[in-house]
Amino acid sequence: MFWGVDIGSTYTKIIGIGKEKEITHHAVIPTIFNQDVIVGEYLADKEVKMLVATGYGRHMLGDSHGAPIISEIKAHAKGAYFFEPTVATVIDLGGQDSKVIKMGIDGGFIDFRMNDKCAAGTGKFLEIAANRLGLEMETFANAGFKHDKELTISSMCAVFAESEVISLIAKKESLANICYGVHESIASRLASMARKFVVKESETIVFTGGGALNPFLHHMLEQKLERKIVIPKHPQLMGAVGAALSGFEVVN
Amino acid sequence: MGVELHKDLLGSIGVDVERHAKMMGMGLSGYQAGFMSQPNRPKAMAYFDWFMSEIQAERIAEINALKAQKKPAVGTFCIFVPEEIVVGAGGACFGLCGGANPPIADAETELPRNICPLIKSAYGFKLQHTCAYTQSADFIYGETTCEAKKKTWELLGKHHPVHVMNIPHMKREKDLKMWQEEIKEFKEHIEEVSDRKLSLAEMLDGVKLINAKRDAMKRLDTLRGMHPDILPISGKDALFITQMSFLDDPTRFTQKVNELCDELDERIKEKVSVFPENTPRIMILGTPIAPPNWKLHTAVEGSGACIINEEGCIGHRYFKDNVDIEGVQDEDELYARLMKRYSKIDCACFTPNEGRIEKIIQMYKERKADGVIYYTLSFCHTYNVESHLVTEALAKEGIPCLVIESDYSPEDAGQIKTRIEAFLESITFKQKAQAFANK
Repeated sequence: MFWGVDIGSTYTKIIGIGKEKEITHHAVIPTIFNQDVIVGEYLADKEVKMLVATGYGRHMLGDSHGAPIISEIKAHAKGAYFFEPTVATVIDLGGQDSKVIKMGIDGGFIDFRMNDKCAAGTGKFLEIAANRLGLEMETFANAGFKHDKELTISSMCAVFAESEVISLIAKKESLANICYGVHESIASRLASMARKFVVKESETIVFTGGGALNPFLHHMLEQKLERKIVIPKHPQLMGAVGAALSGFEVVN
Repeated sequence: MGVELHKDLLGSIGVDVERHAKMMGMGLSGYQAGFMSQPNRPKAMAYFDWFMSEIQAERIAEINALKAQKKPAVGTFCIFVPEEIVVGAGGACFGLCGGANPPIADAETELPRNICPLIKSAYGFKLQHTCAYTQSADFIYGETTCEAKKKTWELLGKHHPVHVMNIPHMKREKDLKMWQEEIKEFKEHIEEVSDRKLSLAEMLDGVKLINAKRDAMKRLDTLRGMHPDILPISGKDALFITQMSFLDDPTRFTQKVNELCDELDERIKEKVSVFPENTPRIMILGTPIAPPNWKLHTAVEGSGACIINEEGCIGHRYFKDNVDIEGVQDEDELYARLMKRYSKIDCACFTPNEGRIEKIIQMYKERKADGVIYYTLSFCHTYNVESHLVTEALAKEGIPCLVIESDYSPEDAGQIKTRIEAFLESITFKQKAQAFANK
């Protein structure tokens, strides 16, 4: 068994693949304290031929399990290429960062962009807004479809964006319209990062990370970039898949 | 420790001795952990390790001993200040503290938050009385290289004597004429502080001394980065030496750098490298990296690459040009030569800033570098805006480039490391793909 573990800021994703690169195991566990121990417990009764770590906590697993590590960029590129070999650009929205990756040949990457420190343009931003509106993520992610007004959230900072949301609530704006505004703001950010790399109309864009589970964000992103955007089967697990695959490639 | 020994002196120049000792203790242990633990360092680094332990102690005593003889002590924040004149007067010209995060909170009581961390840090050091260099300075010599700095001088002037040199933002004939006058006025100001006239011969001696210092630093730059296979010294150590060039006594510093270079020469002959074969060679461009800002170098060299050059002001820009004094007969001629040298500085404060991009590409090729990191401090608008022109030109040349914007706070260390690791992966991927294609 070849394992890939992606310790993200919000969730830890574990993937196991077999001899034919088939996914045999997958797990999503909230990231808390001593995540390396939790991963160790999960793997305790399993056959581990290879273990590759990625994500924010990758060095933790490197230190405790001696696991080789790869960056999230490489992992997401590999994962996206596995599911969508025609991919030219990957857009990834995680809990604490967002990135756009320009693909090279054979699943390698040529260039990438990442958000600067601060939560604007990250999954955290959506989480803060949903909490403030008292909505579950799923409800929040679908409410925007019913908007009847195009509100914009202009703040550069997630903390101030929260204040902006509060003032919109005070103005009695509808939930659907506020949800629209929040998603619009993050989609613009991702789209402007992506525009640097997206060149040809025909090129495939793949959207990964927990953010890709959000249907309204997917819709907004397609609108901003004026094209179809592919979401692979397990968008949230893409980094872990990429890590598992890179381990597989070394052994085979 | 040095600071303890010079407690009375530090107290007498207005240093908050207790707080200062605590900060120095932290700085020293950071240095010990980050620098002294590197494997296979050159033996000659022992001097610089010693200097670090005396950085705010013995060296401060030396500067204050000069002051006692009415020699000028000038604190600066910029490489535009003609240190040759200060040194020619027998005085000391030194860079002031401005690379640490802790004083920033204090600075923000008076300065806006959205200006560059270097200015805020330096201002905070003054408010806290925790930089012994600032406390030793007869005056701080400011310049007009950016909006935030030039307005900060007005505030800083309430806490410490400040003089401002007007650096033009264009290099037309009339600008250069004004610049030359500024240099002359600077000399007159130094005479005022020293309470005596400064002779041409003294100034020429100052130039010779600083030329020799720049030669030694150029030699180090060549040795660390120009050999395609051997990296005889880490980028971190080399950066530290460059940082110390703004603080140490220039004669002693030049001698010690040359001794180090002799050892590096030997290392290259004997093929002694501090990094394994095929380590990616990275050049750093952009804003100054003031001590103890070792964040970027720590992240890069901790991720399996080596930094072979800093293009910035605390780096190559500082020592790339010498003052030509061949045949100088009178003072005006000397000011013209100084102006000529100083106007070669390709600081992003100029518009247009001609020559910088070509220089970078040439440096990259000469050093057979594998990639470039453009590092810009948050809110450093000049270097930040210029980064677009630079990275565009580099992309055209096929030079891998990563842009990092950051300040002194530690909170983005994880994200920066991710970016650097991914950047290095992309470089090695390209190398591998190229090797494959060449087969």
